[in-house]
Amino acid sequence: MTAPWLDVRALRVEFPAGSAPHAPALRAVDGVSFALERGGALGLAGESGCGKSTVARALVGLAQPRSGSIRLEGVELAAQAAHRPAAARRRLQIVFPDGPSSLDPRQTVGQILEEPLVLHRKGNRRERLARAVALLDAVGLDAGQLERYPHEFSADQRQRIAIARALALEPELLVLDEPARGLDSSVRAQLVQLLVQLREHFGLALLLTTQDLALVHVLCEDVALMCLGQVCEYGSCSEVFGAPRHPYTQGLLAAVPLPDPSAARRRARAILSGEVPTPAAPPTGCRFHPRCPVREQVPGERCAREEPRLVCAPTTQATQVACHLYAALTPPR
Amino acid sequence: MSVLEVEHLSVRFDTPRGALQAVSDVSFTLEEERTLGLVGESGAGKSVTALALLRLLPTSARVETGSARFEGLELLALGERELRRLRGRRIALLRQDPLCALDPLSTIGRQLGEVLVTHLALRRRQARQRCARALAEVGLPDSERHLDRYPHELSGAERQRVLLAMALLCDPRVLVVDEPSSALDVTLQAQMLDLIERLQERHGTAVLLLTRDLGLAARACQRVLVMYAGRVVEEAPAEALFAGPLHPYTRGLIESLPRFDAPPGQPLRPIPGVAPDPLVPLAGCAFAPRCALAGAHCRAEVPPLEPWRRGEAGLGLSIASERRAACFEKARIALPSSAGKGPRA
Repeated sequence: MTAPWLDVRALRVEFPAGSAPHAPALRAVDGVSFALERGGALGLAGESGCGKSTVARALVGLAQPRSGSIRLEGVELAAQAAHRPAAARRRLQIVFPDGPSSLDPRQTVGQILEEPLVLHRKGNRRERLARAVALLDAVGLDAGQLERYPHEFSADQRQRIAIARALALEPELLVLDEPARGLDSSVRAQLVQLLVQLREHFGLALLLTTQDLALVHVLCEDVALMCLGQVCEYGSCSEVFGAPRHPYTQGLLAAVPLPDPSAARRRARAILSGEVPTPAAPPTGCRFHPRCPVREQVPGERCAREEPRLVCAPTTQATQVACHLYAALTPPR
Repeated sequence: MSVLEVEHLSVRFDTPRGALQAVSDVSFTLEEERTLGLVGESGAGKSVTALALLRLLPTSARVETGSARFEGLELLALGERELRRLRGRRIALLRQDPLCALDPLSTIGRQLGEVLVTHLALRRRQARQRCARALAEVGLPDSERHLDRYPHELSGAERQRVLLAMALLCDPRVLVVDEPSSALDVTLQAQMLDLIERLQERHGTAVLLLTRDLGLAARACQRVLVMYAGRVVEEAPAEALFAGPLHPYTRGLIESLPRFDAPPGQPLRPIPGVAPDPLVPLAGCAFAPRCALAGAHCRAEVPPLEPWRRGEAGLGLSIASERRAACFEKARIALPSSAGKGPRA
């Protein structure tokens, strides 16, 4: 079996927590593995604090993993972006969630789009300008906007500019960190359609982090659900959303508001009660057990004592789930 | 029974760039123990509408016309002293940002107690007991301990619950909930909605829910008003609205949502264009520039919000009488062949 195009194994990212000299580290990502084929799309979904954005940042070298590996076409990528060769950096680009920090307020759109080209020494001034115009066109903005500043644009237009900047170096993987957060639904749909078209046009692979499971369903083929730094269910969207196995996945799906009142009322509501535990002090055993509605079905308080491993789900070899309910099944690979 | 009746409310702002018509001719009735949704994207005028009712608009805003009757009082004509007796006691507002809404320098118990001391003239000890009960009611067990904590010691979800407890302390008749979706995880949001609904059943509170999330409105509201560019473009019972919207904007909103029951890979259908600049007055329907059905009539004249009568295009009798839409082309939209019908599970 050949290795996947992008292979992430046992990724672990820790942050110093607290100022005490021997304070235990906050383990934001704790042993996450996934694979992505060239041109594929994977959604990382979960509640805030589950570590999905940290995974996204580690991929492009902005968060330093403590251990684990990220391989692109079999070649190990350095932990820090600065230690990666320019050619490798070019291939993975990230789009940050819109915010005051995502675009430099003192640069014009033209400067923002040309900066990656300048840094990577691509083209002369005229070629770079032509490229900036082409990029703006690709994201649905017109060339007349090159001289304007970020604050003159609406939130969704700024997000388009950020996408154009990420596309400037013709990347192969676009990492989208909460790309549609805070946008109104009509313009959000426009942005999602743009991403679908760009992906087709440039043959891009996507890694999307979001809380919005419906967005994953529209944009991605595969989905990995994260709970407090770990993947608890991983498989194709059709499998996972069609027949969710992990109680966390079931709870998240039940919480998604459906634009259909009769379906919304028929459905079980708010399955997930209680608070999301903080990743600084994760629960023992299964990360999800304090909120799990079905933990009584596993005998002997096993969920509180023992971490479940990812195992392959019964009907398919593709979906993996980490829950003691399915502990009798075989581990993957 | 109706609790709050709003008629022909119009609000305009004076800005350095000219007059901005934020709300035009908005009317609705809020019923006891019911949830009414004001749905619209940013700039649609839903928050301005709610703030106008609470008389919390900034000084640059002017209520041009309209009336808002609540318990025999005209809210828009009340003096500041009467308003103070009303706000927080009979009409409460639940804001979206729990960190800004709580005073970081005083304990939860003090902030909650202040409401009771001010409005109901309770003594400190009585107030404390009642606050503890209120916290328990919103699902914060061990409430005695919470009373002595400061806002920063609570998690975001706990703060949200404290705010809800505060809003409901005086047992208000009307609770205005401003955008519960934006800052919360979907799971917490679902918990909050369930909680509000349970408390609403117990106390008979009328809820006015402001949101830009149609899915949220579908889950929580019995009746929904869709707003666009300051006007109500459609009003209907939630079921009817989602089963067969009558306004092209509503239909566009519903179609632009990603949904699970669509086959994977099916493209979304966004509404083309963007919302109009509120500083540029439009002659006709504000949605016309983005509307595929718009004709010359739509661009020349603002369509009135008219009841959708039964018999037209064969809609069911019971729902037909309760629906209104502001579109000259509603008959074309209501045709059952339209692709905009949500799939029925």
